[in-house]
Amino acid sequence: MSQTILAVSLTFAQVCLAIAMALAALRMSRGPRAQDRVLALDTLYVNSMLLLMVFGIRTGKDIYFEASLVIGMLGFVATVALAKFLMRGEVIE
Amino acid sequence: MNIMDHAVDLPVWAALLVSFFLVVGSGLTLIGTIGFSRLPSFYERIHAPTLGTSWGTGGIVMASMIFFTVLATRPVIHEILIGIFVTVTTPVTLMLLARAALHRDRAEGNPDVLAEVSPDEPKRGPALGE
Repeated sequence: MSQTILAVSLTFAQVCLAIAMALAALRMSRGPRAQDRVLALDTLYVNSMLLLMVFGIRTGKDIYFEASLVIGMLGFVATVALAKFLMRGEVIE
Repeated sequence: MNIMDHAVDLPVWAALLVSFFLVVGSGLTLIGTIGFSRLPSFYERIHAPTLGTSWGTGGIVMASMIFFTVLATRPVIHEILIGIFVTVTTPVTLMLLARAALHRDRAEGNPDVLAEVSPDEPKRGPALGE
């Protein structure tokens, strides 16, 4: 019983997050300006982090938590560096 | 359904609670990303994905914490690290990105954006106390 409930809601969550990632990728390929593409990349990072956490619940393994922590940190650093590049034209002055 | 064999001991109330938080979190993330792909201007679009970083992350982190705590019969709360980290870093990145976009729009003289007010220039309009 609880397995069925969990399987349905996990599948729902995975489908939702996959659609969200597809929409963010669409915006990244279409986005009119560079800041739209950077924001789409940030959204893609957050969505993939959440998708990995859902994978962790589905498989019951701990390693997905560490992977999603690493993805969150990389997303933060990447977005800050790209925003700095858009503002100044170079990352490290 | 062999992949879910580790969850066979999970009581039904915990499964319902975990499912509720999963559905809320992923649904709000999807709504935020739909808004991100549909809103017309960048300054409106920058608001939408924060739905995924606030309640989307919160819901899924809470679902994961409840699931592993009930299964291991001891408190497992290390997922809260991700919640704290995302909550702290999202305003920083989006603020930097919004300021970069504003700088670019002003440098191009985009008429949709207000010009910068210099601090020495006296402000127009009635002064305070008159």
